[in-house]
Amino acid sequence: MYTLQFDINHCKTCPTGDCLVKCQFMSLDKTEAIKEMIKIAEGKDSPVLHDCVTCYGCEEYCKRGNHPFYLITEQRQAKGILTAPRAITRQWINIGEPRGKARLGQVKGKVLSFGFMPELLQLVRGRLFEDVMPSYVFGQEFFCNVVYIHFSNTSIIKERLPQVLENFRKLGVKEVVCMHDECYGAFASLAPAYGMEVPFRPIHYFEYLYGRLHDLAKELRPLRIKAAYQRPCSSRLSHDTHHFVRDILSIIGVELVERAYQDENALCCGDILGMNYGYELKNDVQSRNLDDMAEHDAEYCVFNCSACQNVLATKVAKRGIKPIHMIDLCKMAIGEKPSMEVS
Amino acid sequence: MIDIASQLAHIVGERFVSNNPEEAFFYARDPGLMPAHKPDYVVVPKTASEIQEILRLASRERIPVVPMGAGMSLTGLVIPLRGGIVIDMKRMNRILEVNEKARYVIVEGGTSHGALKAYLDKHCPRLRHSIPDSPATATVAANVMIHGQGRLTQQYGFNSDMVSGLEVVLPSGEICTIGSCALSPYWFSKGAPLPDLTGLFLGWFGATGIITKVALKLYPRKKMRDVEIFVTDRDDLVPDMVYELTHTEMVEDINIFAQPMPMIFKDNHHITLFITGDTDEELEFKRKMVWNCLDGFIKSKDGGFMSVPPVMKPTLLDMPQRSVSRFADVKKGGGFEYSGPIIPVETYPACTRKVMELGSKYDLAYSAMARVIGRNHAMMFGFAFTFNRADPQMMERTRKALEEGGEFALAAGGVFWKPTIDEQRLALEKMDATTRDLMKMIKENLDPLGIMNPGNWEVV
Repeated sequence: MYTLQFDINHCKTCPTGDCLVKCQFMSLDKTEAIKEMIKIAEGKDSPVLHDCVTCYGCEEYCKRGNHPFYLITEQRQAKGILTAPRAITRQWINIGEPRGKARLGQVKGKVLSFGFMPELLQLVRGRLFEDVMPSYVFGQEFFCNVVYIHFSNTSIIKERLPQVLENFRKLGVKEVVCMHDECYGAFASLAPAYGMEVPFRPIHYFEYLYGRLHDLAKELRPLRIKAAYQRPCSSRLSHDTHHFVRDILSIIGVELVERAYQDENALCCGDILGMNYGYELKNDVQSRNLDDMAEHDAEYCVFNCSACQNVLATKVAKRGIKPIHMIDLCKMAIGEKPSMEVS
Repeated sequence: MIDIASQLAHIVGERFVSNNPEEAFFYARDPGLMPAHKPDYVVVPKTASEIQEILRLASRERIPVVPMGAGMSLTGLVIPLRGGIVIDMKRMNRILEVNEKARYVIVEGGTSHGALKAYLDKHCPRLRHSIPDSPATATVAANVMIHGQGRLTQQYGFNSDMVSGLEVVLPSGEICTIGSCALSPYWFSKGAPLPDLTGLFLGWFGATGIITKVALKLYPRKKMRDVEIFVTDRDDLVPDMVYELTHTEMVEDINIFAQPMPMIFKDNHHITLFITGDTDEELEFKRKMVWNCLDGFIKSKDGGFMSVPPVMKPTLLDMPQRSVSRFADVKKGGGFEYSGPIIPVETYPACTRKVMELGSKYDLAYSAMARVIGRNHAMMFGFAFTFNRADPQMMERTRKALEEGGEFALAAGGVFWKPTIDEQRLALEKMDATTRDLMKMIKENLDPLGIMNPGNWEVV
């Protein structure tokens, strides 16, 4: 059985309690934060287990190598504290159930992984992906299953993720370009945190894009636009890759507006918050986020996660801000048309 | 011996009469599971006066007459059980008048819902009618005749409740107007403040007369529509959830479904609700109201709003919804039928469990599907099964499952909707004896020769 590697001593000696002090949905001071996290690590009940809205932020706030959010998730499941309505959890578990078949491109040593987000398939066209496509994997067999931490369910991840890793191993791939943060987070963060061996090098697609833009440097035309970046919850699991946002935008001539809900202080798309906690929380988060984009005169909203884009694109557009996926933005910078409608 | 075909040709023109075997084959059946029975003649009239003449001929010659819209009931209501003349109404398809200010439309008896929708889309963009989810060829008159339901049923009741006047050809051949139009040029009311005589025809499946014109109430069409889906694993809470939703008076339509495939729908009950608005603010206000009215269930973790992906929305917002036809081909072979009793909402849990039990017992792909009627006053509940038409054994299993489902709903306090002949018999047996006698009195007075859609609503 896979066990979370969590060192309570890191919490006991923590100088900041940042994991919970920085939480945007709870109000704890340093002393309270450390005390509650230790309680949780000791298997005791804590208000945190009941009030956490699963934004994943604490995974990034902790700079001591612990995994506070995975721990919270473990302890919630152990105590039967539900985050999501049971029906929602069941629905997601059913959606991700392996089907015994997958859609494969011409798989080579390096492969793109889409999980089972079909909208990603239309994005990966053009010169940016010509050195790897049509080497890709798509389907539940390669779905990282990390989303279940939103639903306080790590057991399903522990059951399915090893099989996903095995499926990759059977393909013999050396490098997997993860087209979604959760996918990357699964292989770069969660699997190692549970002691699962990852038989390939995971590459975040931002890193891949950054490299390709350098390859295509001669084609680059600065876009000269102002954009807000919509950071997804799962980016917190792979915060070491977050710098690529600025790196990429910088080389394609996009000015990232310095808004309030940026970087560590980012707000999620609110979709999961709505499913799990209802209208008010979702609406509050979305409204603050969109107001912030508009107040900072963003012309574009750049999405990393296509699920976020599904949720927010129309709302963003109604504020007069053009929604666009990061990949499409990069395509524009090399003179290609975006795959998705930008309106 | 009189040549009926020639007589009919004399009335409607030769092109519009047939006693050829290929037409007889087609008009002998509907897409459901009821056994076929051939008509002797098929006639396609153009006017009410032609229908009058046909009925006079039929009366003289004691020939059964079956009026037919698109033949979509699935329960064999227009199968000519005793042969005779099938009157196909399709040529009577004119939209005669829209009174925009009074919000009603007058259409001929063969006008399809699709044609009416297209007309309103083009000419009256601020008006809409309650379109059912049957194929768009289903006719307005047949739909109200079977007490159909549609997109506005949760707000305004059965589609037949939205009738505001009728023109009917009686079995004697006389023509009769029903409602305000009986004494006014306006077709604004089907009854009130007069005695409501539409009950002599609606729900009778043509056994008391043939509808040649229908006036139907129209309703404001908002510029925007959206859909939300609330999911729960607690069937016993569905009635309470629907009660809260209807209390808001913010929802256009409420449909519920539970089915095992595709995987996204497995294990849960899905309360699909539609909201409308003329502005973003109106739409968002309604969304907030409907989300918040279910907040208690979200907090108790008994249900939640699922994320509806953009790719799914066009299918859900389609009017009529075409997803049913996809369900019909799950087993390949294109067979689909449902027993759709009207039930008290509180019996939803028992009926849903029964569908699942029947699906398992008869090894059939199933769907439990429901539409709320009025403000929780009742719901249409579909025991729906899909089958392969090339597999007689599967068809027989489906028949049995439908029969058991219908009987179960009747025992649970429901009432058959568009019942088959056998279900009509069961309903009449269970019915209050005096009510049954009243129905007999009505039938015998309006159709003393028993020529109108014989077999249907026959009180023995």
